[in-house]
Amino acid sequence: MTWELFVQNLFNALTVGSLYALIAIGYTMVYGILRFINFAHGDVFMVGAYFIFFGVTAAHLPWPVAALVAIGGASGLGILVDRIAYRPLREAPRISALISAIGISFLLENLGLVVFTGLPRPAVQPQWMVDPITLGSIRILPLSFIVPVVTAILVLALLWIVYKTRPGLAMRSISKDIETTRLMGVSVDRIIALTFGLGSALAAAAGIMWAMRYPQIHPFMGVIPGFKAFIAAVVGGIGSIQGAVLGGLLLGTVEIMVVAFYPTLSGYRDAFAFVLLIVILLFKPTGLMGEKLEDKI
Amino acid sequence: MSAQAVKNTPMVQNHSLRNGLSTIVAIGLLFGGLWLAEQHFDGYQTQLLNLVAINAILAVSLNFIYGFSGMFSLGHAGFMAIGAYVSALCILTPGQKEMLWLLEPIWGPLAELSTPFFFSVLMGGLAAAFCSFFIALPVMRLGGDYLGIATLGFAEIIRVLFTNIAPLTNGAIGLRGIPAYANAWWNYTWLIITLFIILSILKSNFGNVLKSIRDDEIAARTMGINTTAYRTMAFCVGGFFAGVGGALMGSLVTTIEPKMFNFQLTFNILLIVVAGGLGSVTGSMVGAAVITLMLEWLRIVEAPMNFGFVIIPGIPGMRMVIFSMLLVLIIIFRRQGLMGTREFSWNAFYNSIGFKDRESFERSES
Repeated sequence: MTWELFVQNLFNALTVGSLYALIAIGYTMVYGILRFINFAHGDVFMVGAYFIFFGVTAAHLPWPVAALVAIGGASGLGILVDRIAYRPLREAPRISALISAIGISFLLENLGLVVFTGLPRPAVQPQWMVDPITLGSIRILPLSFIVPVVTAILVLALLWIVYKTRPGLAMRSISKDIETTRLMGVSVDRIIALTFGLGSALAAAAGIMWAMRYPQIHPFMGVIPGFKAFIAAVVGGIGSIQGAVLGGLLLGTVEIMVVAFYPTLSGYRDAFAFVLLIVILLFKPTGLMGEKLEDKI
Repeated sequence: MSAQAVKNTPMVQNHSLRNGLSTIVAIGLLFGGLWLAEQHFDGYQTQLLNLVAINAILAVSLNFIYGFSGMFSLGHAGFMAIGAYVSALCILTPGQKEMLWLLEPIWGPLAELSTPFFFSVLMGGLAAAFCSFFIALPVMRLGGDYLGIATLGFAEIIRVLFTNIAPLTNGAIGLRGIPAYANAWWNYTWLIITLFIILSILKSNFGNVLKSIRDDEIAARTMGINTTAYRTMAFCVGGFFAGVGGALMGSLVTTIEPKMFNFQLTFNILLIVVAGGLGSVTGSMVGAAVITLMLEWLRIVEAPMNFGFVIIPGIPGMRMVIFSMLLVLIIIFRRQGLMGTREFSWNAFYNSIGFKDRESFERSES
C-alpha cells in the first residue's frame, strides 16, 4: 500500500470512527443511568438524517438552520420515546425495558417506511463539503476534516455539561445510585429526559454527517451503525463517555484498516464489530475504560 | 416435592390414565383435522396452517431458553439459518446441487449427499444444537442484556459467514428449489415431538433446576447446582428446536438466502413468546396461532384496496408498525401476556366442564 493511500484510509477511519463515537455516547449515557440497551438509538440517528433532508428539500431552510432543526427534532423524539416507552417500565425488570426498546426500534424503522417511503433518497450535501482537497498526491474530502473536528467540539461540550454543570452532576449521581439521588431532591425523571435529549442530539448530528459520508438515506440506515456503535460503547467500557469515544475510534480504525490491508476480507466487514464484541466480552467485560459494575445481591 | 407426592397417590394415577388418553384423543383429533384441511384448504390456507406449526416450534424453543431458563437470547434467527441450510444441503439432490452452484463449485463431499427428509431435519437441528454449544461456551458467563447482544452478534456473524462461504452455502444467491416435503403432517408431527420433549424436560428435575436458576441464580449456585452446565444444556435444547424450525421453514418456503435470517425473524418470534406469556408453553402455542394469523391478515393494510369508486394504495411497513406497537403495549400494560405462566392441563379442563374433584385448578409453579 502506498503511503498516500494509507493516509487516505487513516482519514476514512477517523471519520467513520468519529461517527461511531457520537452514536456510542448515546448508548453509553443511557446504559450508565438506566442499565439497559436503548435499541431505538440507531433509529433516532436515521430520523435525524431524514429531518435535515426534509428541512432542506421540503421546508427550504438554509442548510445550517435545517441541521439545527434536525438535531432539535431528534432530541425531542428521544425524550418522547423515553416518556412513552421506558418511563412506565422503570420499576419493571430491566429486560422489559429492553424488549420495549426493541419494539420502539422496529416501530421507528417501519414508521419511517410508512412516512418517508422505502425509496432511498440522496443526502443533501453542500458542494464545499464534497469537492476533494488535494494535498500533494493525497486527495481528501473536506468532510474528513469536518467530521472529526465537529465530533471533538460536541464531545468537549458534552463533557463540560456532564462534569461542570449541576444537571451533569445529577446525571453522574443517578448513575451511581438512583434512589439516593431522588432523596437528595433531584427530579430524576427530568434528568433522565435530559440524558435522552443529549444522546439523541448527538445521534442526529452523527446521522447528518453519516448521510454526507454515505450519501443515501433510507429507513433502515440506522440498524447496522446502531449495532456497531453499541459495540463501540461496550468495547470502550459501557457507562464511560471517554470510553465510547475511544471504542468508536478503535472500531472505525479496525474496520477500515483490515479491509484496506486485506481486501479479500471485505465481505466479512460487518462481522468484525461482532467478533470484536465477543472477544471483549470474554476477556475484559468491563471494556477498556469501564468501571466494574457489581450485580447487587 | 409435595406435588410429586400428590401425583403418586392412587386417585391421581386414575387421572393420569384419563389425561393420557385425553392427550391421545386430542392428537387423533388434530390429525383428523389435518386430514380434513388437506381435503378442503387451498394452497394459501395450508401455508398458514404450516406456518402456525413452525412458529409454534420456534416460539416454544425460544420460550424454553428465555421464559423457563432465564437466558435472554436474540440469536434465534442464527440457529434457524443453520438448521435451514444444513437440512437443505441434506435434501437437495446431486442434480439440483450441480445446477445451483454456478459461480463457485460446491465443496466436494456435499455434492453427492442426499438424505431422507426426517433425517435431514434432524441433522439441521443437531447442527444448530452443536453450534449453540460452542456459542454457549463463551457467552454463558454473561447475564441479562449482555447475553442478548452477544447472541444477536453471533446470529449476525452466522449470516455474514453464510453470505461469504459460497462452496457451502452458495453465498448471497441462496438455495432455491428445496423440495417442499414440509407438509402439514410433518410440521405437526415435529410440533408434537417438540412439545413432548420440552414438556418432559420441564416436568423433570432438569426443568426444576432451570426454573430455580432463572428465579435466583445465586441461590441455585449456593445449593450446589452447576448453573453454567445446566444453562448450556438448556441453550442447546432450545437451539436444537430452533434449528428444526428453521429446517422446516426452509422446506416450506423452498428458497432460502442469508438475508432472510435477519433480526426481524427473531423479533417476530420474540413477539409471539411475549404475547403468549413468558414461561407458558400453552401461551407460546396460542401466541403462535394468533400472531401468525394476524401477521397474514394484516397484509390487507399493505395491499392496495379497491372499493370500486376509490382505490387506496397499500402502505408498506404498516403491518410492522402495528406489531411493534403491539409489543410495546403488551410490555407496558400486560407484561404477563395472554397466559401469564399458566398452562393448559387436563385436570383444569375436566374441572371446568363439570367433572369436579378435590384437586383444584393446577398452576405451574413457575
